[in-house]
Amino acid sequence: MRTLLAVAGAVAALFLTIAMLGTAGWTRPPMAQQQTGFRGTAMDVIETRANKAAKIEANQAPAPADPAEPGGDKASAVYQNVKVLGDLSADNFNRLMASMTEWVAPEQGCTYCHNTENMADDSLYQKRVARRMLQMVQHINSTWKENHVHEAGVTCYTCHRGQPVPKNIWFENPGPNAGHGVIPRNNGQNVASPQVGLTSLPYGVYAAFYAHKNTPEDAIRVNATSALPETKGKPIQDAEKTFAIMISMAQSLGVNCTFCHNTRSVADWSTSTPNRVAAWHGIRMVRDLNEDYMLPLSETLPPNRHGPLGDVPKMNCATCHNGANKPLNGAHVVETYPELAGPVASADMPAGVPAQPAATPDPAMPAPAPKP
Amino acid sequence: MAMLSFEKKYRVRGGTLVGGDLFDFWVGPFYVGFFGVTTLFFSALGTALIIYGAALGPTWNIWQINIAPPDIKYGLALAPLKEGGLWQIITFCAIGAFSSWALREVEICRKLGIGYHVPFAFAVAIFAYVVLVVVRPFLMGAWGYGFPYGILSHLDWVSNTGYQYLHFHYNPAHMLAVTFFFTTTLALAMHGGLILSATNPAKGETVKSPEHEDTFFRDTIGYSIGTLGIHRLGLFLALSAGFWSAVCIVISGPFWTQGWPEWWGWWLNLPVWR
Repeated sequence: MRTLLAVAGAVAALFLTIAMLGTAGWTRPPMAQQQTGFRGTAMDVIETRANKAAKIEANQAPAPADPAEPGGDKASAVYQNVKVLGDLSADNFNRLMASMTEWVAPEQGCTYCHNTENMADDSLYQKRVARRMLQMVQHINSTWKENHVHEAGVTCYTCHRGQPVPKNIWFENPGPNAGHGVIPRNNGQNVASPQVGLTSLPYGVYAAFYAHKNTPEDAIRVNATSALPETKGKPIQDAEKTFAIMISMAQSLGVNCTFCHNTRSVADWSTSTPNRVAAWHGIRMVRDLNEDYMLPLSETLPPNRHGPLGDVPKMNCATCHNGANKPLNGAHVVETYPELAGPVASADMPAGVPAQPAATPDPAMPAPAPKP
Repeated sequence: MAMLSFEKKYRVRGGTLVGGDLFDFWVGPFYVGFFGVTTLFFSALGTALIIYGAALGPTWNIWQINIAPPDIKYGLALAPLKEGGLWQIITFCAIGAFSSWALREVEICRKLGIGYHVPFAFAVAIFAYVVLVVVRPFLMGAWGYGFPYGILSHLDWVSNTGYQYLHFHYNPAHMLAVTFFFTTTLALAMHGGLILSATNPAKGETVKSPEHEDTFFRDTIGYSIGTLGIHRLGLFLALSAGFWSAVCIVISGPFWTQGWPEWWGWWLNLPVWR
């Protein structure tokens, strides 16, 4: 009996060891090297050369379409119902439409958004969403140029990568067993969620930090600012949420905590890297885009595009970054599409009238914030 | 320094590894030997260089003195003296001093005709240090991955290195090392307590024997590892702590680049319950 148990134990241990060695995802040198802080502080990006090369390969910007012939009539004169891009020449307009097809719906083609019988028809929700997304791209490339996207800018491809729905989006997370009649009392944590790097940390953090522009400035800050407690301070659950959102950010960008922070004092701006400034603005940008561009699409997007709790898909850092600290390897993608560089065209934005009565009425698109 | 009457018989000639009889002498209570000389040389040179490095730095505050390794860009080459070169020479001196000390212990063991358990145990500590400042930097491809020499600066290094893997407490080898460290202190505390309890009976009673010690643990947990066994266990626990510490850092980077929490994905993905 004892021998039998010993053999069974040894076999189980052997099996687990093989599984661990074979499937955990171990790497090996040579390493790629990138230092982010003063020598000896251990502020570095840690990755293998093979992984870095694969990441660069996976984040190649598509070649821009050939430039359109200059001149010609405006798109608004040639086509009907051109709300955002009417000032473009018709040739340039068609060039952008072709590029958008490649960026967003290469398999589905024009018909993904357009009724080919009448290209001006707004009956497909995809077209109405795409129009709003065009404004969003212009908004990002103008309003957020200085603080976040800089000269690189974004196009549809930055997030979409040839998919109608970008790979990295988030919904409100109801947690495990939701709707099974049993309410889990897990305090929103302890389930090894992929969005928090398989930690036990809280998983519903996107809704807590990324959904609203009016999120308090100190929502993420949990560090004490004095040596001894002077006020009640924040509960440890808040610290766990902060740790969770930070892990999510690091993974979205394919970096680690020391890309932005010297962890001897994570809150201290004077010892943080400049990357933290970009990240700080990035958080504000995500909130801005989610509140002003994604949330208002809740009536436009059909229910099958909604999350388990009926909310619209929303974005986070990974939506654009896709695991690279500079999306599309930092390529200046907007340079060859100046019409996407903004500012946002057409502040008055009718939702477009569907040809057939839609199940739900379209909401009026909110006007983007006026430029100062 | 006075020598006890019986000490002289242990001060026998021979057993040296290097240097023959040349350095086979004592200074006061201390055996010298070839490796005593090299220990002194490397220690003195290394300490002097640390003081020189401190003099170059911005502060004499003992907590803040920092001798940092070179920038990563120097790779595995030598760096300028004031930009990490000092760290490289000091590291060389430290390894020289530690190894010399271990070999001096070996010579003493040979003189006494005892086993090499003590130098072996010390060698595990040296191994952990060498893994930190030589093996891992070598695998990573730059001396700059070594830790800086400074009281607070090396703690900052530890913190940042931990956060490079998002949450270092999920590192399985770190878990083992921490467990062994705590178990070592538990075993030592219980062993120390047990010996003191047997040798400090109530007033008027005789000192108790190892039989009493064994019986205490048999009564408590059904098993006593025994008088010799507890020392084997203690050595195993302590060396395991150092060994797994070395493992936990050498796999962080060269063989694992993601967050450590993600390592556990292999368990979540076992075909049994995936």
